[in-house]
Order: sequence, then C-alpha cells, then structure tokens
Amino acid sequence: MSALLNLSRAWSGRALVVAVPILWLGLFFALPFLVVAKISLSELAIAMPPYLPLAEWADGALNIVLNFGNYLFLLSDGLYIAAYLESLKIAAISTLFTLLIGYPMAYVIAMARPDRRNLLLMLVVLPFWTSFLLRVYAWIGFLKSNGIINNMLMALGITDAPLQLIQTDFAVYIGITYTYLPFMILPLYANLSRLDRSHLEAAADLGARPLTTFLTVTLPQSAGGIVAGCMLVFIPAVGEFVIPALLGGPDTLMIGRVLWDEFFSNRDWPVASAVAVVMLLVLIGPILLLRRAQAREEG
Amino acid sequence: MTELSTATIPAVPPWADPEAQPFLRLDGVSKSFGGFEAVRGVSLDIYRGELFCLLGGSGCGKSTLLRMLAGFERPSAGRVLIDGEDQAGRAPHARPTNMMFQSYALFPHMSVEKNIAYGLKRDGLPRAEIATRVADILSLVQMTPFAKRKPDQLSGGQRQRVALARALVKRPKLLLLDEPLGALDRKLREETQFELKKIQAEVGITFVVVTHDQEEAMTLSSRIGVMNAGEIVQVGTPHEIYEHPHSRFVANFIGSVNCIEGRVTGREGALLRLACPDLGAEVTVESGFEAGAGERVALALRPEKIAMGRAARPGFENTVTGRIEEVAYMGNLTIFQVGLDSGARLRVTQSNTTRTDAEVPRIGETVQLQWSGAAGFVLAA
Repeated sequence: MSALLNLSRAWSGRALVVAVPILWLGLFFALPFLVVAKISLSELAIAMPPYLPLAEWADGALNIVLNFGNYLFLLSDGLYIAAYLESLKIAAISTLFTLLIGYPMAYVIAMARPDRRNLLLMLVVLPFWTSFLLRVYAWIGFLKSNGIINNMLMALGITDAPLQLIQTDFAVYIGITYTYLPFMILPLYANLSRLDRSHLEAAADLGARPLTTFLTVTLPQSAGGIVAGCMLVFIPAVGEFVIPALLGGPDTLMIGRVLWDEFFSNRDWPVASAVAVVMLLVLIGPILLLRRAQAREEG
Repeated sequence: MTELSTATIPAVPPWADPEAQPFLRLDGVSKSFGGFEAVRGVSLDIYRGELFCLLGGSGCGKSTLLRMLAGFERPSAGRVLIDGEDQAGRAPHARPTNMMFQSYALFPHMSVEKNIAYGLKRDGLPRAEIATRVADILSLVQMTPFAKRKPDQLSGGQRQRVALARALVKRPKLLLLDEPLGALDRKLREETQFELKKIQAEVGITFVVVTHDQEEAMTLSSRIGVMNAGEIVQVGTPHEIYEHPHSRFVANFIGSVNCIEGRVTGREGALLRLACPDLGAEVTVESGFEAGAGERVALALRPEKIAMGRAARPGFENTVTGRIEEVAYMGNLTIFQVGLDSGARLRVTQSNTTRTDAEVPRIGETVQLQWSGAAGFVLAA
C-alpha cells in the first residue's frame, strides 16, 4: 500500500516537473500559434479586431467559413515569394559568415589551456550583457557616411568620398553575423572540446600533415556541431526584423519586414498571419535538421 | 605481406655481438616539462627485429620516452637515431615509425577498413595496392569479417586488433606500442600476448612496447629496459632481469624477493660467506659480486628457490628453521609466510604438483627452509 503510495507520489512529482515546460509551451507557443493560424483563415474586415470570425451562429445554423484566399494571395503576388527567397538567401549567407568566423574561434577556445577556456568563453558571451538593440544601433555609428569606418578610410586616404555602407545588404550581413556569432561558437565549442587529442596524434603518426588531419579527422567529427550551430543561426535569421530594419536599405526585402508592414501599416491581420504560418512551415526542414544534430551530439 | 622471417633474432643475439649495429639508438636523451625531468639521460641501443619492452611504474617516464620516438615530444637533450638517421626536428608524419595508442585512437567516423587505409592514403599509394594491403593485414589480425564495421560496433579485443593493423599496415621501420594490452581483460590479455609475439615474428618489424605489467614484459620481450624515475636502471633479457637483477629496485619490481641484510665474512673461490643475523646462521652464496670481508650486503632469495619440508634433506648448502605463520592458496601455487626465530619473515612458494594436500605444511608447523648456494644472489645493501 505504502509502496503504491510512494510510486504514485514519485509519478506525480515527475509529472509536475514535466508539466511546467509543457504548460509554458502550451500557453506561450501552441495557443498563440493556433490563434495566428485561425486569423490566417479568416477574412479581412474594417472592424475591431480587423477580421471576421470563423464561425457564426445564425438562424439556428453554424456557419464555418475557412478563407484560404490569404494563402493563395501570397502565391499570386510575387513580392511574398521574393521576400521568402531573399530572407533565406540573406540568412544562408550570414550563416556561412558566422561559420567561417565562428569555427576558428571555437577551435582556438577548445584547444586553449583549460584555465584560459572559461575566460575566452566569457568574452564570447559578454556582448549579451548589453541590449541587442543597442548593439545593432552601435553598428549604425560604425557604418554611416560620416561614421567611424568611413572617417578612418578617408583619413588614411584610401577613399576620397564616403562609401555607402549603411542601408545595404552588406550591412545586414554584418549585423546578423555579429549578433548571432555566439550561437555558432557555443555548440561548436561544445563539440570540439570533446575531440580526442589522440585522434589528432594518430593522424599525424600515420603521415597526415596538420591541414590533412583537420580535413579528415577534426572536420568530419565536428559535423554535428556545425549543423547545430548553423541551424541555431539560420532559423532565427530567416525571420529577423530588427537588423534589416535598422541596417538594411529600402530594397532589403526580408520576410520579417513584410510581416511588420502587413500587420501595422496595412492592418491586414489575416495576410500577416498567413505570412507567419508559411514562414514556420518553411522552417520545419531546418528545425528537424537541428533536432537530429542535437540528438546525435547528445548520443 | 613482407617476407616471412621465422627467426628474427639470430642464434648469437645482436646485443651480445660487439660488431652488431643498433637499429634504434638513444643517445643521452632527456626531457623536462617545466622544472620536472621526466626522462633523464637515457642511452639505449635496440637491434633490428627486437621486441623491446620499456617496463616501469606510472610516471617513470616510459611513455614520454616512447612519445619522443614517435615525434610527439621533442627531447630537451640527446639524440634519437633510427636506422642511422638522426630524427631531430622531424615531425611525427615524417618519421619511419608508427604508433599503437593506449586508447587505440581509432577514428570513430571511419569503418575498420578506412581506418586501416588512412595511413596508406596519406602516402598516395595506388588504390589497388591499398586494397590488397588492407585485405592482407585484416586477415593477419583475423578481422576480415569486420571490415565494414565502425569502431563503436567492435569489442575491446577487436578494436585492439584494428589499432595494431592500422599501425602495422604502413610497414614502419619501428612500431611503437603504448600499453598495447592494457585495456583488455586478463584472459584475453594472455592470449593476445602470444599472438602479438607471433605477428611480430611474422612481419619482422622492430617493436618497442611500453608497459607497466611485468608479466606482459616477461612473456613478450626479447629484452626489457626497466625504468625508474626517468632513468633506465637495467637492460637485459627477461631471464637476466629476473635471475640477475642489479639492484633491489629491479629485484622487487619483477616478481617478489626476500631481501636479507648480511655482512661478508669470507670468500671461498666463487662462494661468498655471509653472516645474516635475521637468519641466525651463516650462509654461503655463489656470487660474482665483488665484496671485501666486513662489507654490508643483502642476500636476495626468490620465494620459489627455497625448498621447504618438515625434515631437512641432504644436498643443500643452507638450512634454517622456521614456523609457518600464513598460507595463501593460489591454485597453481601456495604462498607461505614463514617466521624465523629472529622475528624476520621469509616468503616461500611451492608449486601444487598434486591434487592432495596431505604433504602441505599447515599454519603453526615447524619447517626446514633450504636452498643451495646458487639459489640466491647478492645485492648492494
């Protein structure tokens, strides 16, 4: 009897622990997503809120109207497809940059003396102590026409007139790469710090030069960390709004900005919701990839 | 495979031949880490076809010495010559050595086949040759059926074979093995010892093995170099190391030994007379040990060289009486602790040659311990 009681107590304790995150995800992710999905299927109206309800009770009959027009509209207007593709492109290129910069950094940290590693990791995480918005804003100071970079270039006589750096795709790449770099470094570091040094020695012993050792032993073994880091950067970068809004030009077309415009300027909630739902669908592939990489890293 | 050389060591061993050229020569090799001297002035000649064991406890510098041969550590002083060539400044990938790592260091993302082919690919050998050599070495270590497996799908013993194959397949001039059998359980280790020896004779490559296991060193080696605190304290065949140790350290490290303090009282030809208060008697021992009368020395007696019985038998130069205090039955042999009148204790072992134990003395019995003059040896006190 008491054993049964203990069992049920243990079970309820476990359930409680699991319930907290499930409740959290339910309240703050699943429920809002369902609301967005619902709005994406309704019709635009000049009202408050600015859409018609899905279900109506009239004359003893329940009328449910599912409006897929918003989705068809996304397909028919080239602007949306272009924005999706542009977002994927910008996110992919930025991810590549973070990988190229982040991998050597993670490698150096992982190979550093154990007592220095924590300091180096701390330096990677340190930017998080100031507001993300401020840090992106600071880049404007660097990139603008009479900003630090242009002033330096002109003082050194490399250019006569200021270069157009701000409000370009280039500035967006810099912003995303800078902001998301720690998300690339941390999983790569976790992977590389587990690398068995004797594997590197074995490769050298078998006749591999350092570069060959890196390409044939280190790189393949860190594949899991590379995928995890790339997805951690790529997924949020696709939906990025603040960085293109502050650093990008008028023709930097990213889906986050389109979403903002639909929602706040056009007040077309149904189309904005459809844009959001499609974005999530687009990202399912990368998210599954991330899950697989993380599972492999843990296993 | 390379041509079979059934007898890698000729009748007159090269280390006994003053004309023989060493294959590996260590000349005053030292290595310091910070202020700590891990290896101190090691000079050593190893000959072609030898299976040489560096034997010592943990931290004695044996692994550091091996890593200097492979090129992972740079000697602080001294030279390493392999086949007459100075290895100074040569990176590991440029050395004619291969190493089998203690952890095996198999690449987890490659199959057995790919692991073994790795070194051959680095040499840029044609694909067909790589395939034949991998197939040959796989059959030598009896791993052909596992060629496509990944290392994590293999047992410890199988991984050990793959690691050996990967190091052997490049036909190095010198194969370095760091505790090659350390990760195997006892039974498998014993079987593998003989197999390793067989493979070495078959490929005819010079092996240098690092081990802390004296039994392993005894079974495997052509010669053993015993290390202590960064120095080689004695080099010799297993027989020499066991029967003629130069110091108490070596005598104690290999097998067990009774060390009895004594004083030289006289010499009769090859026989040395010692007065040993612990034995309560004067004993004679055959010894090449140079000692003048009155000098303090130690008599070293291996436990199995002492005959024990209820009554003294003729034919032994030395006899003492004692009482059995402890008995440890090991199956193949029995270990006795025999207390003497002086309070000293001697360790005696007897082979259990029959299955009956009627003859075996029991605790508390008085026994006669006897040994011949040739049974013991003399060490500096």
